[in-house]
Amino acid sequence: MKTYKGKKEISLNVNNEIYKVIVKPNETLLNILRDKLELTGPKAGCENGDCGACTVLINDKPFKSCIALAVEMEGKDITTIEGLKKTKIQKAFIDKEGYQCGYCTSGFIVNAYALLNKYKKPNETQIKDWLNSNLCRCTGYEGIERAIKKVIDNR
Amino acid sequence: MTKSFVGKSIKRNDGLDKISGNQKYLDDLKFGGLLYASILSSPHAHAEILNIDIKEAENSPGVKKVITGDYHPHAMGLYLGDKPPLAVQKVRYYGEPVAAVIAKSKENAEKAVQKIKVKYKKLNSVSSSRKSLKKEAPILHKNLKDYTHIPDVLPQPNSNIANLTKIRKGNYQKIAEEAKYVINEKFKFPPGDHVAMENRSAVAEIKANGDVQIYSTTQAPFVVKELLAFNFDIPTGKINVIAPPIGGGFGGKAGLQLEALAYILSKSVGGKPVKIVNKREDDMVSSPGHIGLEADVTITADERANITGMDLQYYFDAGAYADYAVNVSRAAAISATGPYKVENLKCDSYCLYTNHPFATAYRGFGHIELAYVIERSMDILAKKIDIDPVKLRLINAIAKGDTTPTGSLMDNNTGDLKACINKTAELIDWDQGSVVKVDNDKVIARGTGLLWKSPAMPTNTDAGAILTFNNDGSVNLHNSIVEIGQGTKTGLRQIVAEKLQMPLNKVHITSEVNTKTGPHDWATAASRSLMMAGRAAINACEDAIQQLKNTAARVLRCPVEDLTVAKQKVFITDEPDIFIKVRDLCLGYVYENGNAIGGQIIGRGNYIARKLSSMDLKTGQGRPALEWTLGAQAVEIEFNLRNYSYQIKKAASTMDVGKVINPDLARGQVTGAMAMGLSFARSEGFSFNSSDVVQNDTLRDYKILRYGEHPNYYVEFIETPQGDGPFKARGLGEQGVIGMPGALANAISNAVNQEIKELPLIPELIYKNVKKGDNND
Repeated sequence: MKTYKGKKEISLNVNNEIYKVIVKPNETLLNILRDKLELTGPKAGCENGDCGACTVLINDKPFKSCIALAVEMEGKDITTIEGLKKTKIQKAFIDKEGYQCGYCTSGFIVNAYALLNKYKKPNETQIKDWLNSNLCRCTGYEGIERAIKKVIDNR
Repeated sequence: MTKSFVGKSIKRNDGLDKISGNQKYLDDLKFGGLLYASILSSPHAHAEILNIDIKEAENSPGVKKVITGDYHPHAMGLYLGDKPPLAVQKVRYYGEPVAAVIAKSKENAEKAVQKIKVKYKKLNSVSSSRKSLKKEAPILHKNLKDYTHIPDVLPQPNSNIANLTKIRKGNYQKIAEEAKYVINEKFKFPPGDHVAMENRSAVAEIKANGDVQIYSTTQAPFVVKELLAFNFDIPTGKINVIAPPIGGGFGGKAGLQLEALAYILSKSVGGKPVKIVNKREDDMVSSPGHIGLEADVTITADERANITGMDLQYYFDAGAYADYAVNVSRAAAISATGPYKVENLKCDSYCLYTNHPFATAYRGFGHIELAYVIERSMDILAKKIDIDPVKLRLINAIAKGDTTPTGSLMDNNTGDLKACINKTAELIDWDQGSVVKVDNDKVIARGTGLLWKSPAMPTNTDAGAILTFNNDGSVNLHNSIVEIGQGTKTGLRQIVAEKLQMPLNKVHITSEVNTKTGPHDWATAASRSLMMAGRAAINACEDAIQQLKNTAARVLRCPVEDLTVAKQKVFITDEPDIFIKVRDLCLGYVYENGNAIGGQIIGRGNYIARKLSSMDLKTGQGRPALEWTLGAQAVEIEFNLRNYSYQIKKAASTMDVGKVINPDLARGQVTGAMAMGLSFARSEGFSFNSSDVVQNDTLRDYKILRYGEHPNYYVEFIETPQGDGPFKARGLGEQGVIGMPGALANAISNAVNQEIKELPLIPELIYKNVKKGDNND
C-alpha cells in the first residue's frame, strides 16, 4: 500500500482542466473540489458516503468524492457536474421535474449520466442498483425515474 | 381575449442552475475574512456540567476564541423562550451544544474543539412523554415559570408540561356512557429527523456601525430578525437576515436555528464574520427534529356507524426544549379529530419535556402525527362495527356546514372530501379487497387514510409584494418567500403574468430573501406561501395597473376607467388601437418636447389573514384556521408473510386544493410529501439506548426511502374553489405526508391481521406484534 506523508503538490485533471494543488494526505477530493477549485456542484450532504450528494466521476465511474482522498486522484480523470454541459439527462431532469430543492441533483445527474453511458438501455434492476446510492428528500424519486426513462426511451 | 398562465405546467425558472451545479447554497458562498466555528456537543442525555476546561483548546493553533454557555446564559425562542444557545449548567439531550471554538480554518476549529475537557455528573433521564408525567420524573426545566411565551400556550411550572391545549366540545361524557360501539387504543412512535439534504448553516457578522448581518439556511428570515432583535436588545432595523435558496427545509429550518449562536460567536471576536456549518450528525441530533407521540384514543359510534364522540389524549415528546413544539401540540389539538364530523369531543394535547433531541416544525405540523393515530383507530373501529373502512370514512367525512374541533364552521370553501375518498378508492382498486393472497408466502394488502390540515400560525400572519418595472416594460416581483424547492416562485410568476396579462418571460422574481429590501413576510411555512404571497402579488399588480392607467389617461386624454392593461400595453378598451406601451409609461412618460410625467410605477401589495381569532384557553373554541385542505390517501403493498418484509407498490392521493395553479409542480409537491410520509412510517425514528443516547445519528443507520423503494404514485386533485385564495387556490405543500403513515400501517395490519399501533414499521416490529397477538389468542 502506498503511503503519503505531509503536504504534497499534485496535479488534478478535473473537467479536462489541469489544476496544481497542494494537499494534505487526509484531505478528501470533495474538500479540494469545493474549497480549492471552487467547484461547489458536489455537496457535503453527509461526508460519510451515505447520501451521494458529492458524487463525481473518476475515470467515468461514479464515486462519492467525500470518501476519496485527493492525493490518490493523480493521473485520473475527474468529472464533476460542472463538467457536464447540455447532456440529455440534464435536459430530462428539467422536462420531467427531476429536482426540487436541487441539493441532491448534481450527484443524481452525475450518477445517472454514468449509468446511461455504460448501458444503452439499462433495465429496472440496473437503474435501481445504481441510483439507490443517492438520497433525495424532495421528489419521492418519481421525477428522477421519469427523467432517466425519457433518455432511454429516446434512444 | 385574456391569455391564461394559471393552471398550466410552466417550468420552474431555477432549472438550468440546479441541473448544472450552478445554484449557490449558503455553504457555497464565499465571504472575506471568514472565521470558522466548531461546536462541542454533549455525550449525555441528561447531566450536570461540573467544569469546563478550555485552556488547551485556547492554545491550539489558529484559535481566536473559545466560549461556553456562560457567555450568554439566557434562554430564548419563538413561542416559548426555553433554550440558551449553549448549554448552561446542565445538558438536557444527547448532542446539545456545550462549547464553541472559533478559529482561522475549519480544521483548526475541529482540532481545538477536541481539546475542551468537560466534567459531567450524569443524571437520570426522562425517556418518554408518558414517563415525563410520572411523579418520580425529574423536572427538566425548573425555571419554566420565568420563560417568556405567547399567550396561546400554557406551560405548567414544576412539571414537564411545556404546553397543554384543551378542547371541549359538546358533551363527551354523556355520549360515552350510551355508545353502541367503543374502541380504546394506545399508540406511539419515537422522535426523528427531517433529513433535509442540506445541513443547516449560518454566517454572522457585526459591522463597525453595529449593523448585524446574518446569512442563514432559514425558512423564516423575518422570524430570525425579530427574535435576534428581541433577545439581544438590538433595534430590529439594524439587523438584516439574508436567506439564499435552501436545500430542503420541511419545517426544520423555521424558527430560530443556528443564528443566535452565530451572532454571539461573531460578537465574541469583535464582530468578525463567523460561519457555523452542521455536520450531518449535528444536523440530526443537535439541531431540532421531528416530534414523537404517545396517544390514548377512545372513539364511540352509534348503530349506524356515525361517530358520536372522541376522547383524545395526545402526549407529544418535545424533547429537551419545547420552543416550537408547543405550537405543534396546539396545532394537533385544533385538528385533533382528523377530518370527521365529531360533535362531542374531549382532547388534551400535552407538549412534554423529555431528554430526547428537541422537536420543531415538521411537514404536516401536528397533523401527520394525529392522523396516524386517528386513521389507525378508524380501521380498528371499522372492524369492531364490521363495516368497510372506506364506507366508515364516507359516513363520517367532514363536510360544509359541520364544525371543527374548535367549533368554527366549515364554510363555503370546504372541499369535497367524499369525492376525494371515492376517487382514491378507485385509484387503489379498493374493490379488489384489503388483503389478497398471491401465494403461500405473499399477500397484496391495501390500506387507506384521510387527511386534513390548516395552517397553525399567528392570527396576524401577513405577506407582502412589491412590483418594480424595468425599462423594457418587464417587471420584478420582490417577495420574501424562501426558495426551498417547493416552486412557489414559479406559481407567483404565473399569478403576476395572469394578472398583468404579460408574457411570463417578462416577469422576473427575486430568488434570495433580504429582510432589508424585501417586504415583510411571516415565514415560508404552513403551506401558506402561495395563498398569502399570491394574494399580496395580486394586490401589487392591481396597484401597478391603477398607476399605469392614471399616467396613460393623461397622455391618451381619456377617463381612467376606459383603459385596459394587457399585452404590455395600456389601451382604450373599446378602441384597442389607441394605446401606449407599458415600457413607455413604467418609468415615467416623456413627451416629444422632453417633458416627463408620472414617474416610475411601483406596485405595492399586502395580505393579512382574515378573521382569525385565538382559542379560549379552557375550551379551545375559536377560529385559528385560515383554510382547510382535505384529502384521502391509500397504499398497496406486497407483504411477505415469512419474513415480514414488504414492498410499497402503489400510493394514491386525492386532495381538494382549490384551483391548481401549476399541475406538474403540484404533483411534485404531493409525490414528494407522500414519499416522506411513507419513509417516516416505514423506517424512520431515533432509537435510544438505556441512557437515552441516540444510536442512529447518521444516514447509514437512520434509513430514509431510497430510489427503487418508492411506489408508483397516483395523484388526483379536486378543485372546489377557495373563495379567498389567489385564483381560488389553497395550500398543498405539506398535506401529502399526512395520511400516508396511517394508510401504510392499516395495510400492514390488514396483511398480518394484527393491529399495529407503533412506528416505524420495520419487519422486527411487525414480527413482535404478530407474536404478541398469537400469544394473546
